Amino acid sequence: MTKETLEKVAGNGLISRRHLLGIGAAGVGMVAANNVLGQDSGINFEIPGWSRTPGPGPSTYGSASRYAEQFQRSTAFQNPTYPGGGASRSPLQYLQGTITPNALHFERHHAGIPDIDPARHKLVINGLVRQPLVFNYEDLLRYQMQSRVYFLECSGNSGGLLRGGNEDGTAQSIHGLVSCAEWTGIPLSTLLYEAGVLPEARWIAAVGADAASMGRSVPIEKALDDVMVALFQNGEPVMPGQGYPMRLFVPGWEGNISVKWLTQIKLTREPAQFRDETSKYSDTLPDRSSYQFTFPMGTKSLISSPSGQMTLDTPGIYQVSGIAWSGSGSIRRVEVSADGGRSWADAAIQGLQLDKALTRFSIPWEWNGGSAVLQSRATDSRGNVQPTRDMILADRGNLSFYHNHCIQSWGVSNSGEVTNVYV
Amino acid sequence: MYKKVVFPFLAISIVLSSLASYAQERVRLGTPVTEAELEGFDLIAEPDGTGFPAGGGTARQGKEVYDVNCAVCHGANGEGTSGNTIIVGGDMQSEGPPLRTVGSYWPYASTVFDFIRRAMPATAPKSLSNEQVYQVTAYVLFMNGIIGEDTELNANTLINIEMPNADGFIDRSHILSNE
Repeated sequence: MTKETLEKVAGNGLISRRHLLGIGAAGVGMVAANNVLGQDSGINFEIPGWSRTPGPGPSTYGSASRYAEQFQRSTAFQNPTYPGGGASRSPLQYLQGTITPNALHFERHHAGIPDIDPARHKLVINGLVRQPLVFNYEDLLRYQMQSRVYFLECSGNSGGLLRGGNEDGTAQSIHGLVSCAEWTGIPLSTLLYEAGVLPEARWIAAVGADAASMGRSVPIEKALDDVMVALFQNGEPVMPGQGYPMRLFVPGWEGNISVKWLTQIKLTREPAQFRDETSKYSDTLPDRSSYQFTFPMGTKSLISSPSGQMTLDTPGIYQVSGIAWSGSGSIRRVEVSADGGRSWADAAIQGLQLDKALTRFSIPWEWNGGSAVLQSRATDSRGNVQPTRDMILADRGNLSFYHNHCIQSWGVSNSGEVTNVYV
Repeated sequence: MYKKVVFPFLAISIVLSSLASYAQERVRLGTPVTEAELEGFDLIAEPDGTGFPAGGGTARQGKEVYDVNCAVCHGANGEGTSGNTIIVGGDMQSEGPPLRTVGSYWPYASTVFDFIRRAMPATAPKSLSNEQVYQVTAYVLFMNGIIGEDTELNANTLINIEMPNADGFIDRSHILSNE
């Protein structure tokens, strides 16, 4: 089987996803083998030491292989005027599938991680309700729970791209404020109905038990729809950095509205106009007016491999792989371009296409050793198509960096170096 | 003839009784509390005045609170130190990218009180008394030229302050999903 038999479906070497799925005329693996039949490979097949000595026994809580432990979150410089504040970013370029391991889920804190004793933690529901209530952790564990896989993305993720620069950016440094987990908890509507929502209640104000008492307002329509009080993350109690012992989870919406360390829900007529929904996470436009309450995160995708600061060793077949998501539905389609958006090919969807969850895509690509620009473009179940950076800039300028879901361009040089580029 | 009357009655009774037993079986574990009990716990101060405590203060009183608790990060006159600490000045109509501060950007005075009471000073949030929060809120508004040095700030006067950029926002809260 020769390379010429692979069906090219778009410019600069993109190969039909049918080959990836194993239903094409040729399997990709068959093409990659360059060895001559009957000749020794020269590979050392001596049985290694770890197969000759028993290893350590079981442990109480697992950790990554020491050969994989460099796949870690990156953390920002700590500012003395902002104790505990800042973010850590998921190492997207090293992850596969769609579920982010709990210890690698991105973080964004506004006053550090509180050390909460669940036995002393309270969840209060008050305001415009028939009966104000308080729940403790043990109470909540006795409710019927539901599990849903959802992405979570910080409002500021990928914002640096609107300002330009970031030539040495990686998938992690530019886009690492998105993660995805199976969240298990109680529908918020269950608890709100127990307290009795008064007809004049149009919003909830959610407050965390961190030092900043971080607060956000959520319209009642959403609060009674798919919002939950999450107690478990990928099967284990929500990690401290994610809100232990409980967090609000608001599917599809900007990350900080999913208030961590949730301790109060107050039913109100109007939004509380907290600092983090007025002066922060609002987007100033060229005419100097500002969008407030931009809730659903946009339809988005990015190629995680190959991606910024990686190097392609030799020309040949590579699997282009990435993640796509939408705050308004499920991912219906992901297209990939290897020529900076001139031609596009449909990528294969690898695994489930869940509502408001990361979806993994991939497509085989034959790098010919020349320059290339790799891009991906997502379409969601409501027909929203991921825009280019120029479209975002034309729509709302570059005075604010929140809520950016533009197409990412990775340039490949003729020496195989991959960098963040603008086309 | 009886059947026609009895059957619907029976059906409704069965539905009602099963609904009743369903409701009884539902977990209801919240402990009733009163709003009065929550007074020190619920710190949300809303633009319509809900949640504001008794008391009040002026900028003149707030200067000392500010100098002791705030100036180390926000600067002697709100000009800021490192990071995101500038709270005075700025102009949304400036030629270059606008500097967004309490004075130039924040749409509600209630937010200043609410945020300071719950989150400031950053190293010791919730360490100021309600009186001190009124006083230092007044001082921040005074430094921005929004109120006078002796304007009494309390639950009534605070919510009637018109912030310079109050009309600068486009509310998109009706968009729950795109398209």
